Amino acid sequence: MSNFPLGNIGGTPTVQSDFARPNSLTGGHRGCQGCGEALGARCAIDAAHQTTGGKILVVNATGCLEVFSCCFPENSWSVPWLHSLFGNAPAVATGVAAALRSRGQDSIRVIAQGGDGATYDIGMGCLSGMFDRNDDVLYICYDNQAYMNTGVQRSGATPPLARTATTLPNKSYLGSDPQTGKNLPEIAMAHGIPYVATASIGNIRDLEQKVSRAINIRGSRYIQIHVPCPLGWGYPTAETIRIARLAVQCGLYPLFEGEYGKLVGSTPVEEPIPVESYLRPQRRFAHLFGKNVSANAVGVLQNIANGNMEKYRLNWEILDA
Amino acid sequence: MFHQLEGSQAIARAVALCRPGVICAYPITPQTHIVEGVGELVRDGHLEHCEFINVESEMAALSVAIGSQAAGVRSYTATSSQGLLHMIEAVYNASGLELPLVMTLGNRAIGAPINIWNDHSDAMSVRDTGWIMLFAETNQEAVDLHLQAFLIAEKVSCPVMVCVDGFILTHAYERVDIPSQEEVDEFLPPYTPRVSLDVDDPVAIGAMVSPDYFFEVRYLAHRRQMDSLEIICCVAESFWKKFGRDSGGLFHEYHTDGAETIVVTLGSVAGTIKDVVDELNASGEKFGVIALTSYRPFPADSLKNSLKNAARAIVVEKAFAIGIGGILFQEIELLMKNINVKIVSVVAGIGGRSITKSMLRECFLNKNSGENVFLGLNEDIVAKEYVPMKSHSCEGNVP
Ligand SMILES: Cc1ncc(C[n+]2csc(CCOP(=O)(O)OP(=O)(O)O)c2C)c(N)n1
Ligand code: SF4
Ligand SMILES: [Mg+2]
Repeated sequence: MSNFPLGNIGGTPTVQSDFARPNSLTGGHRGCQGCGEALGARCAIDAAHQTTGGKILVVNATGCLEVFSCCFPENSWSVPWLHSLFGNAPAVATGVAAALRSRGQDSIRVIAQGGDGATYDIGMGCLSGMFDRNDDVLYICYDNQAYMNTGVQRSGATPPLARTATTLPNKSYLGSDPQTGKNLPEIAMAHGIPYVATASIGNIRDLEQKVSRAINIRGSRYIQIHVPCPLGWGYPTAETIRIARLAVQCGLYPLFEGEYGKLVGSTPVEEPIPVESYLRPQRRFAHLFGKNVSANAVGVLQNIANGNMEKYRLNWEILDA
Repeated sequence: MFHQLEGSQAIARAVALCRPGVICAYPITPQTHIVEGVGELVRDGHLEHCEFINVESEMAALSVAIGSQAAGVRSYTATSSQGLLHMIEAVYNASGLELPLVMTLGNRAIGAPINIWNDHSDAMSVRDTGWIMLFAETNQEAVDLHLQAFLIAEKVSCPVMVCVDGFILTHAYERVDIPSQEEVDEFLPPYTPRVSLDVDDPVAIGAMVSPDYFFEVRYLAHRRQMDSLEIICCVAESFWKKFGRDSGGLFHEYHTDGAETIVVTLGSVAGTIKDVVDELNASGEKFGVIALTSYRPFPADSLKNSLKNAARAIVVEKAFAIGIGGILFQEIELLMKNINVKIVSVVAGIGGRSITKSMLRECFLNKNSGENVFLGLNEDIVAKEYVPMKSHSCEGNVP
């Protein structure tokens, strides 16, 4: 774990380690202890805030992040913030960007954000429309791989074989079907938009750099951040960062960047670990390690990780060659 | 200046004169010509500082308008029928967020079965969404109501829907007076939002509201709508002063003084009804007409006052609620409870079925009609289909 410290090793300090960090999402919100999404949102919006000198407007889809941050009459946001609906955040952000353009305020940047359910599923049409028009919006997806706000149901981002409230394993069913799910960063790239990236709260420096870079690019940009959820995934609340790092290290959450539809870079995994190390600590995969489960089940996920290693060139060896 | 224009083109020009900063819409018959029209005006440079956005769905169309209005810019969209249903969640959202955007609804039936022709089912399906809903009687009024709609919306901080009958108004060519930009600028000042997204003064819009406050929020929305009755009148009056036309307001009365029977209706069919009433009155009858402009808020007190001296009120409407019947009829019946006026429900023009003068004349003169008339219904088709339908549903015993 020592390879990705939170602190200020090696050059520029992180926004989060700065005493004067913007605190876009302040304390007092109602997120669970150890919530990866709260952390991811604070890191991302703070980075955008610092890069633009506070010139950001944020549109939020319905989901945990919205519900826990803005319970009237309290509000944890110190940036201008608008919540409309679950499935329309990209279109609302398009409208905000259009308003700024009509007034000639092009130094103000627009961010839309939502969970994986808002992004992969119900808001997919609006998101694709926003990409299609190349609207000047940075869309950030906080990927906790299920509908957490409604009680951990399956989404299009739920990994194969994961247990959710709507994919409860039994004797003949091992959790979310391996044939299902989609790869939204790839779908975003297929729209040919200027910038797509994946990030993880296990690597805050990388996350901040990607957001800082993306916020000033013109046109549609998409960043997807892996944000473990202690409640929905079933692990102790202190383990959020560790779980996030394990996902990256085993290859199940590849960190990469794409520009105009092409993969342009990825973060290599120094010492890859078997997926089992990532899966075992989480209750949502516990059924894969029961007595009567064939080893093949974990193999399905290991194959995905191996595929990612190759596809996104995550191995040091490959890079060296 | 007078122009011979298609209704949609006239509306497009009226909207452009209001200088919206963002316009977005998705095509659906019969609204399409309106957005094509404004789109062209934007691209030809008639409308400065206006962004015209082609979206991928009606949900996106209204959502874009929500975003731009919340960012402090006057916004406009238009739809019809299925499109309105597709954006329904955003319809509630726009009024809940108190965003004063304006939307034209080119009234059309709702399927299945799919039907592109005019009736008011679409408007009636959103009557409780918290929008102010105005109905135009003519293309001239459609133009005038759009100019008024932005002013009303922005004064009340509530979205306004201008309902215009699909095809009958949207596609009809008529002589229409389109005011000059200078006149409209004098009537409609630039938009100053009550709250908006602003980097210098950050606010959070769209919070989660608990049972401790939600009831009050909804109640205040109701109060705001009821208060807007007065504002709608004031705006119509200042419109009259500026442009010399009696457009808008709560409703238009026609020969209601001393009328024995008053026909109450919505939208363009009021014109046909007035013709029929003229003919009937010429032969000694005593008919009057009330064409409702403001359907929401519902001008209950003024309406009651105008109806209370009649012996009979006939409510002619182009929509009905399956399982109960005429909708405006129910509202008027409730209004007139304990007042001795016989209320008759006439449902007509459903799915574009013609409403002719002779049909109306016969209906109005039939003083012994039942309370629920489905005018123009083809009884032969009904009889043929009803028997097998009924026998099928009655086969066997209900377990
Ligand atoms: C149209 C609509 N359908 C369903 C819901 C219920 N709902 C609210 S949040 C949510 C799940 C959110 O999941 P996700 O976007 O992944 O965000 P998370 O809570 O996991 O952060 C659902 C299903 C809703 N608010 N609106
Ligand atoms: S359920 Fe998960 S995502 Fe939601 S607040 Fe709790 S930890 Fe965060
Ligand atoms: Mg989620």
